[in-house]
Amino acid sequence: MDFWDYLANRHQQLLTDSFQHASAVFQCMVIATVLGVVIGVLTYRSPWGGNLAILSTASILTIPSLAAIGLLIPLVGLGVAPTVIVLTLYGLLPVVRNAVVGLRGVDPDLVDAARGIGMSRTARLLKVELPLAWPPILTGIRVSTQMLMGIAAIAAYASGPGLGNEIFRGIASLGSANAINQVLAGTIGIVVLALLFDAAYVLLGRLTIPRGIRV
Amino acid sequence: MSETAGPNTADPNTAAATAEPPAAADDGSGSTRGATIQLDGLTKRYPGSPNPAVDNVTMEIKAGETVVLVGPSGCGKSTTLKMINRLIEPSSGRIRIGDEDVTDMDPVKLRRQIGYAIQSSGLFPHMTVAENIALVPKMVGWSKSKVKDRVEEMLDLVGLDPREFHDRYPRRLSGGQQQRVGVARALAADPPVLLMDEPFGAVDPITRDHLQDELIRLQHELHKTIVFVTHDFDEAIKLGDRIAVLRERSQIAQFDTPEAILTNPADDFVSGFVGAGAALKRLNLTRVREVEIAEFPTVTVEDPLQSIFNKLSSGPHNELLMLDRKNRPYKWLRRGDLSRAKGSLANAGQLVHDTVTRDATLHDALEAVLTDSGGRVAVTGRRGEYIGVVDMQTLMTSVQEMLEADRLTAFEHQHELAERHGVRGGQEPRSGAGA
Ligand SMILES: Nc1ncnc2c1ncn2[C@@H]1O[C@H](COP(=O)(O)OP(=O)(O)OP(=O)(O)O)[C@@H](O)[C@H]1O
Ligand SMILES: [Mg+2]
Repeated sequence: MDFWDYLANRHQQLLTDSFQHASAVFQCMVIATVLGVVIGVLTYRSPWGGNLAILSTASILTIPSLAAIGLLIPLVGLGVAPTVIVLTLYGLLPVVRNAVVGLRGVDPDLVDAARGIGMSRTARLLKVELPLAWPPILTGIRVSTQMLMGIAAIAAYASGPGLGNEIFRGIASLGSANAINQVLAGTIGIVVLALLFDAAYVLLGRLTIPRGIRV
Repeated sequence: MSETAGPNTADPNTAAATAEPPAAADDGSGSTRGATIQLDGLTKRYPGSPNPAVDNVTMEIKAGETVVLVGPSGCGKSTTLKMINRLIEPSSGRIRIGDEDVTDMDPVKLRRQIGYAIQSSGLFPHMTVAENIALVPKMVGWSKSKVKDRVEEMLDLVGLDPREFHDRYPRRLSGGQQQRVGVARALAADPPVLLMDEPFGAVDPITRDHLQDELIRLQHELHKTIVFVTHDFDEAIKLGDRIAVLRERSQIAQFDTPEAILTNPADDFVSGFVGAGAALKRLNLTRVREVEIAEFPTVTVEDPLQSIFNKLSSGPHNELLMLDRKNRPYKWLRRGDLSRAKGSLANAGQLVHDTVTRDATLHDALEAVLTDSGGRVAVTGRRGEYIGVVDMQTLMTSVQEMLEADRLTAFEHQHELAERHGVRGGQEPRSGAGA
């Protein structure tokens, strides 16, 4: 069976896997974004606080994702739970780092002006600092998403959802007729999803970055 | 020169929904005038530095007055200014605005009643010009329609066409335009007090000159209390009703009118800061309207040649000023020019190059006189029409009288100070910081 026949045969399963893959990454990205921005907002004003946040989220990344999942299985069991936890944790770093750097990078004169015209701390954050830091934060989200696309494939190891199942099945049956097709389909699926997400982010940037600071 | 007489007559004190006839709304002009500011023993110690950045400053600024804080870099001007709106919390001392002690007031509330404009304009790049200006009025809870009218009014006020600039983003404005918007934003909620920290420091000299003129005009209309920080003494002379020359730790070396500081600097530090040419700088403080504008014999281009000839040859003057059809100075004509003219005046005489208005400074007038071979300059009205002439002699006499008068005042002033040392006068009660 060549690759195209394989796709035609298995497209139902592949679409389901792709959808679940995308859905897992998307949902974890939403959680990671919210958490990451909150961590950024809470820490950026303290010199060591922000650096500590960046350092600790960075150290998460140094743990091999397979090992992380393996360590989580005894704690939370198989399936969705370890997937969500790992994806969210791994997605944090770029968001936290870019949020801290972005918020710190807001022109101090503008913060001074915002204070000077009588904006409260919350108003300053919501109306001035976050909108101005949004482009770098969005870049962080984009980088995170790309990374999570690949890491999500590993989740199949813990019986998680997504295209990883395709790849693991292929690897498990290497030598059989469809093994290469399975690995290929899973991999290409992930690449295509990543590209689609990236396009969506470009669109999101167009829609959410204020016109006055768009490059 | 009423800039507010546009179609949009937002009166901050009346509901914007009522469609009043423009004249009625304009009359009250409704804008809040300045409030007094009193700084009492104001001190700021930054953590980690042994000496205070601002050391025990006591200063009283009258309602509606423009006070300029001037001094070398790092002397604590900005720190002093920022303590007034509590961007920097004083280490000790009190601040009163109007009849309210604001030292312990909620700083966010306080700042909404104080306009604040800074060097980099501080405009938020992700908001349009209109959104920037609308910020404070919205925060203090003005209605939507009132805010909208106010934005247009403010743009008009600072000389920007609302149709053109309303929806622009700051990065598409020139530096000077950004500063105008910055001032418009600072004034939008009609605060009695305006703080300005080197607002024109980053624009080119010509634009700066324009912006200074505009600020003078604005202040003439609005009568806010303005505290203006600069390290440019010429700017201080031009803008200040009074100037506080500060030395390190914001110590007041002299706090007086520009005239008094120019003619009678308190010490070497002040005279060093005033720089060379105090008498020349004094020329910037007087306007042409304040000196004697002399009559000059005139003819118009429509007069018959013969009558011009007669006037020149028989009259006591050997020079005439010829006006064009709109009564504007056109040519200087001398006796000799006529005899050489041979029937036509087309090539005779000398074209008028430079004129000054009555609002020009004596500095400008002197410049014009010096570059004119005849040693005089024609003074014109608003539409360029001829009013009179100022010459070298008039300027010299005026300057000498001026300096003499200054010296006298300074002397009296010193005398007075010596007599009632430490006595403080009361201020007009008009308008507190409450809005
Ligand atoms: N946040 C701060 N922490 C510590 N020291 C400060 C701080 N801000 C200002 N200073 C110090 O306080 C002094 C006064 O500073 P300030 O900014 O008021 O000066 P300035 O007169 O406005 O100067 P410039 O003309 O350069 O703006 C300076 O010596 C400065 O180094
Ligand atoms: Mg300063």
